[in-house]
Amino acid sequence: MTLVYLHTSNGMSKSAFEAVTYAKKLGNEVIVLTAGNADANTLATLGSFGAQKVIVNRAIDGSDEQQVSTWVCNHAANAENILFLHDVAGKAIAPRVSVRLKAGLVAGAVALPEMDQTIKVNVFSGKAFGFVKVNSQKRIISLLANSIAPEKIAEVCPVEEVNETIESSGIKILSTKKPEGNIPLPEAELVVSAGRGLKGPENWGIIDDLASALGAATACSRPVSDIGWRPHHEHVGQTGIAIRPNLYIAIGISGAIQHLAGVNGSKVIVVVNTDKEAPFFKAADYGVLGDAFEVIPRLTEAVKRFKLNQ
Amino acid sequence: MKTLVCISKAPDTTSKIAFTNNNTAFDEAGVQYIVNPYDEWYALVRALEIKESVGGEVTIVTVGPNEDDAIMRKALAIGADKAVRIDANPKDAYFVATQIATYAKTIGFDMVLTGKETINYNGSQVAGMIAESLGFPLISLASKLDVEGTTLTLEREAANGVEVVSVNAPIVVSCAKGMAEQRIPNMRGIMAARTKPLEVIPPAACDDLTTFATFGSPLAKSEVKMIDPNNMDELVALLHNEAKVI
Ligand SMILES: Cc1cc2nc3c(=O)[nH]c(=O)nc-3n(C[C@H](O)[C@H](O)[C@H](O)COP(=O)(O)OP(=O)(O)OC[C@H]3O[C@@H](n4cnc5c(N)ncnc54)[C@H](O)[C@@H]3O)c2cc1C
Ligand SMILES: Nc1ncnc2c1ncn2[C@@H]1O[C@H](COP(=O)(O)O)[C@@H](O)[C@H]1O
Repeated sequence: MTLVYLHTSNGMSKSAFEAVTYAKKLGNEVIVLTAGNADANTLATLGSFGAQKVIVNRAIDGSDEQQVSTWVCNHAANAENILFLHDVAGKAIAPRVSVRLKAGLVAGAVALPEMDQTIKVNVFSGKAFGFVKVNSQKRIISLLANSIAPEKIAEVCPVEEVNETIESSGIKILSTKKPEGNIPLPEAELVVSAGRGLKGPENWGIIDDLASALGAATACSRPVSDIGWRPHHEHVGQTGIAIRPNLYIAIGISGAIQHLAGVNGSKVIVVVNTDKEAPFFKAADYGVLGDAFEVIPRLTEAVKRFKLNQ
Repeated sequence: MKTLVCISKAPDTTSKIAFTNNNTAFDEAGVQYIVNPYDEWYALVRALEIKESVGGEVTIVTVGPNEDDAIMRKALAIGADKAVRIDANPKDAYFVATQIATYAKTIGFDMVLTGKETINYNGSQVAGMIAESLGFPLISLASKLDVEGTTLTLEREAANGVEVVSVNAPIVVSCAKGMAEQRIPNMRGIMAARTKPLEVIPPAACDDLTTFATFGSPLAKSEVKMIDPNNMDELVALLHNEAKVI
């Protein structure tokens, strides 16, 4: 059996469907565990991607990872594989489960197991990859978002609601600050990002326009967030966040190695820059040599025309 | 606060990433090592600031071979009080966490701080594993940490934004951007670091839960396709028909 734990308190994300698809492809029966108050009809949709059953624990809300780990371990006796997403929740829970069950963890898997049962992960900030072998009987995997396409194969599945109380770790949540952007950057499939080439914060209108025409999230280079032109949570790169969207459009960013470290997992990269020697062009799929202030409004118009004809 | 900061090394980002021994090991030839930025800029500096405001002691620990003394001396120069090196090659996150937890149990710390991840293997695993081994709560991906008595107030990344949480010591915290600003060691710090204690202890027995079987380098990107800046309709068409991303 493959056990999948998903954090669903903030709604069902595409990556949840990816995780269930991945679990199904491991070959065995798939049981999903989740906590909190997501409604049963929404949870039942996980069946469409191959889950046999969803068990939701209404007695815990999923915010206390120590509590969640205990609960997952309580259900793990017959599981050969235990799958998490390599997201905020998975990064805190999977290592605990690994220690408790003495089962090897493959953190940040980007593909299904190979013939020899090793699993591919990114290493060195995406500059290389490695294949990890698990030596224990049980195997724990945390899956990086955007690594597998969700496949709808069935209809909804039963949802079992349980009330299993588990001792709390003592963490008290005082408040939550919601992010400012509409689309959380780590989950965005399309990202429009800009750097010092934009000259000043007052010029970000053209970036926002392009992002909203595409339905993309916005990001920036480190100097731009350091000098306060953009909020810190938009900073991508080695010291910011690492993202791997389907499309990354880099505007007025030189492409320093520390910046590339956070974005080179993107499927397709478009670079707009006035300098034909900018290192970013070497990492790009499509390049536009030109002034952002002319090119970007033109691109936004082209995107709008394209959307109208869809 | 009696604080333990976990310090690992990371190849300088300009290092060439290559593999040796039939692609089973990282090729260290010519690689310059630095202190993993998350460990240095965020975990260590915040630990020092807390010590400066409420008192206590900051110990750093590294699981690694004797070459790692160089990065430990750098962390001592920034201001840590003493260093402990567990003398073993870090095999995987479970191995590292087991070593650190075994040592931490013998001393008893109020806080164990790690970086959010190492920039070489990017696992984000060690902190959670230490927390489980010690039976402590973990605050993962924290961007703020304040101490009042034995109560800690932290901000951490959550699925729906940033959460402000409160918890009692002892705890484990993995530290991310926002926690503190980089500190450059001064001459006095560098001199003092030479005489600060650096203890070397043997590793504890530990199971081998995972192994890196092989490594590889991503296929080189194909040549960039340049688009006429006056023809953005062409770019949009390519993104739709060829790249299939919009
Ligand atoms: C330890 C360390 C960690 C770091 N971590 C990060 C990180 O996480 N993320 C990060 O981003 N950086 C990081 N950096 C900084 C990094 O090295 C670069 O300095 C930074 O990425 C450069 O930002 P930029 O490309 O916006 O600015 P610049 O390098 O100034 O580049 C601006 C670019 O805009 C172009 N341009 C100018 N005008 C226009 C125009 N009108 N239209 C189009 N293009 C134009 C220029 O040709 C140039 O290529 C780190 C550095 C260090 C030392
Ligand atoms: N060999 C090591 N010695 C000491 N601490 C380490 C070591 N490896 C990792 N860590 C700590 O664990 C954190 C997370 O590492 P990782 O789980 O490998 O991404 C790092 O930022 C360090 O604080």
